[in-house]
Amino acid sequence: MSFLHNYIYYIGAFGLVFIGLFIMAVKRNYIKIIIGLSILEAGVNLFLISVGYIANGTAPIFSRTVLNAENMVDPVPQALVLTAIVIGLAVMGLALSLAIGLYRHFGTLNLREIKEQRW
Amino acid sequence: MRKIIGIILLIIIAWGIGTSLQEIPFGISRAKLADHYIHNGKEETGAANIVTSVVVSYRSLDTLGEVTVLFLAAIGLGAVLAALKQKSVKESEKASLILSTGCRLLFPLILLFGAYIFIHGHLTPGGGFQGGAIVASAFVLMYLGCHKEKKINETGSILSESLGGLAFIVIGLIGLAIGTGYFLNNFLPKGEFNTLLSAGIIPIIYIAIGFKVGAELSKIIDLLMEES
Amino acid sequence: MILIVTFLVIAMLAAAISAYFFKDLLSAVIASCMVSLIAAVLFFFLHAPDVAMAEASIGAALVTAVFVIAIRRTERYEK
Repeated sequence: MSFLHNYIYYIGAFGLVFIGLFIMAVKRNYIKIIIGLSILEAGVNLFLISVGYIANGTAPIFSRTVLNAENMVDPVPQALVLTAIVIGLAVMGLALSLAIGLYRHFGTLNLREIKEQRW
Repeated sequence: MRKIIGIILLIIIAWGIGTSLQEIPFGISRAKLADHYIHNGKEETGAANIVTSVVVSYRSLDTLGEVTVLFLAAIGLGAVLAALKQKSVKESEKASLILSTGCRLLFPLILLFGAYIFIHGHLTPGGGFQGGAIVASAFVLMYLGCHKEKKINETGSILSESLGGLAFIVIGLIGLAIGTGYFLNNFLPKGEFNTLLSAGIIPIIYIAIGFKVGAELSKIIDLLMEES
Repeated sequence: MILIVTFLVIAMLAAAISAYFFKDLLSAVIASCMVSLIAAVLFFFLHAPDVAMAEASIGAALVTAVFVIAIRRTERYEK
C-alpha cells in the first residue's frame, strides 16, 4: 500500500509515455501516429505536475479563507505545463493540416505506400 | 518483426527510467524558487492567484513566446490549406430544428462564461488561455449546429486577433519607457487586494491574450471546416 | 482516496491501450479524448486547478474536434 502511495502517479505518467511511444514507432497510418503523439504529451504533462506535488499541500491561490502562505504546492511546474498544453494544441493543428494535404496529393494515408510511390 | 524490436527497446528504456526514478521521491519539496514566489508574490504583484503572477508577471517573456508559437501555427495551417482548393464530395444533412435553436440559445451564454474566466484570471483559477479556448468552443458549437447559415465575421476576427497581440507588446514597451525601465514592468498601481481592479497590468494583459487566443483558435476551426 | 486514484489510473491506461487496437479511427480518437479527461481529473487531485481547466478545455475538447474534422476530410478506417 505504501508502494502505491508513493508511485501511482509516476506509474500512470510513464505508462502513458510508453504506450504513446509504442504507437508512434509501430503503426503505419498517419493519423494513428498523431493520436500516439497526443497520448505521449498527456503523459509528460502529468509527470511534470506530479513532481511538483508537496504532501499535505493546498492549491496556490489566496482567497477569503486562505490568507497567509502556509503549505502550498509548487506553482512553477504548473505555469510551465500551462504553456506546454497550448503548444501541444498548435502542433496537432499543424500536423492534421499536413494530413489533409497528404491525402489530397497521394490518395492514401499509409506511410509505407507513400514511401514506395515517391518517384 | 518491427513490433519485437520496438518492445525490446522500450523494455530497455523502461528499466533505465525505473532505476533513475528511485532518486525522485514523491511529495517532498526541493525547490527554493517556489518559496520566494509563494511568500513574496502577494506583495510584489498583488494578484491572488500565484500561478497567474508567475505566468504573466515573473515569466512574462515565456508567455510572449507562447503567443508567438500559436500565431506561427495558425499561419502555417492557413498556408498549407490555402493551396488545396477541393470541392467537397461528402454531403452533410441539415441540422434539425431543436438542435439549431438550442445552439443559438447557448452561444451567448458560453461566450459570457469564457469572458468571465479571462477577466477574473488574477482572482480565481483561470486566465487568458482557458477563457480563449472556451470562446473557441462556442464557435465550434455554432459551426456544428447551424452549418452553412452563419459564418465568422472576417473583419471582426482579424481585428481582435491583431489588436490583442499588439496590446501585449505595446504595454511591454510602455513599461520599458517609464518606471524602473525593464520590458513588461508592472507599472500600474496595485490596488486593494482581492478586488477586480488590482494587480497592475495583469488583468489588461490577460484580456488581450483572451481575445487573441479565442479569435485564433476559432479561425483554425473555420479554416479546417471550409468546404468550397 | 488512494483507491479512487488507482482505479482512475488503470482506466486511463486501458483507454490508451485500446487506442492502439481499434481499427476505426473515430473510436481511437474518442479513446484519446478519454485519456485527456481522466488526466484532467488527476490534475485536480494533485491540487492544480489552472492546469485541470486548461487540459479539460484544450486537450479534451478542441484537440478532439480538430481530429474529427480531419478524419472527415480523409479516410475513416485504417487499412
